[in-house]
Amino acid sequence: MSNWRPSATRPALELRADCAARIRAYFAAQGVLEVETPMLSVSAPTDPHIHGLATEVTGIGRRWLHSSPEYPMKRLLAAGMGDCFQLARVFRDEERGRLHSPEFTMLEWYRVGWDDHRLMREVDVLIRSVLEGHRSLGETVTLRYDEALALASDEEIAALGRDDEDLIMAAIVTPKLGLDGPCFVTDYPAGQAALARLREDDPRYAGRFEAFLGGIELANGYHELASATEQRRRFEQDNRVREAAGRPTMPLDEDLLAALEYGMPECAGVALGFDRLVLLALGGDDLRDVLSFAP
Amino acid sequence: MATYSTNEFRSGLKLMLDGDPYAIIDNEFVKPGKGQAFNRVKMRNLKNGRVLEKTFKSNESVEAADVVDTDMQYLYTDGEFWHFMKPDNFEQYTAERPSVEDAIKWLKENDICTVTLWNNAPLSVSPPNHVALKIIETDPGVRGDTSSGGNKPAKLETGAVVRVPLFVDQGEIVRVDTRTGEYLGRAAKD
Repeated sequence: MSNWRPSATRPALELRADCAARIRAYFAAQGVLEVETPMLSVSAPTDPHIHGLATEVTGIGRRWLHSSPEYPMKRLLAAGMGDCFQLARVFRDEERGRLHSPEFTMLEWYRVGWDDHRLMREVDVLIRSVLEGHRSLGETVTLRYDEALALASDEEIAALGRDDEDLIMAAIVTPKLGLDGPCFVTDYPAGQAALARLREDDPRYAGRFEAFLGGIELANGYHELASATEQRRRFEQDNRVREAAGRPTMPLDEDLLAALEYGMPECAGVALGFDRLVLLALGGDDLRDVLSFAP
Repeated sequence: MATYSTNEFRSGLKLMLDGDPYAIIDNEFVKPGKGQAFNRVKMRNLKNGRVLEKTFKSNESVEAADVVDTDMQYLYTDGEFWHFMKPDNFEQYTAERPSVEDAIKWLKENDICTVTLWNNAPLSVSPPNHVALKIIETDPGVRGDTSSGGNKPAKLETGAVVRVPLFVDQGEIVRVDTRTGEYLGRAAKD
């Protein structure tokens, strides 16, 4: 029998609408522009662990459903559009679970002239203003990446059966973070910089932070890399990793690289899982609870 | 050789691991936003019932176990083997004691059971959820005591011992839930 019914209740959908309204009200008050960028992109992310979904557009050719609105938003910044945010439905293949869905809503925003630390404080403010009245929050905690990793005991790591830092962070550490108030993790090693710049005072670390709440990874922010040369180098490095893993290599986003070459203002940007934030407001434990229809 | 990718994992899926067949009980997808994805899987060894936790890298492939559940009629036992038959094509299967061990006390000739086949040989046998069996031994019924609370042990024709109400007598046929061993009621007379 067809299971045509919604997976979320009416109160959960009301909560979802309320969270979106609060986000829009917050950014409107801050003078941050709401934008929409194309979902159909010429190139998919090179990130070796993000798998794009493609479609064919008649007369145009292959297009990738965006996995994040990051690249076109950076082109808006380079064109001088200023602070902007977007609530975007994004797509990722091979991600399905209690806290993952092949399509989900991402809140992405950029602050011109800010660094990762200033943006981190705004993430805290935004989380609190969205959750006010829905979930009580304790004090905000900030941990360095190595401090967070140390929350995993030797016994817990042994029980995993695999000594892998990503796995330790996702399976052991993350469930322990932000159980009271929001928890920010900073000082990621340079090897995990992704699209963040390296810290000027200590290039062993990236200008990157993550936010956790209720044992759930909620947001990832950067002091954005603005160098076209360094960006191209990282894209190419990613493609080498993809090739070694037997994954298809991705065409580079030459529009983004050209925009960086033209000059993107110094800025900080962050992506926050909107569905997860609603889930935290609801107090549920599965994204089905906040999606009108589960995938 | 059939294989499953971790993307196809779901509870109930049957896999081969170190030469043994397993059934997935629980599959949890974990992935940091920037980083490698994993599937943390809880699974039951179908030969010995032990539960194992294992972490797979996402997109790994695992050999599928050729395990199927089939409805079969229980025919008889010769003391060493238990014999079953597929009712549709009369094909017969022989099970050894370890695979029927848990079901023996409920097995009545001609009842339809679920036989789990691994590489076409019986791996385990589940009795029907509800069976109707004759009481071969129980204390005499107490007249006047109706269904008010009290019960007594009763031995059934297949060897199982269940608690039945005091008013139920030897020789009666009762319905029992094999999953809990609970008395459900008297069987309707033919």
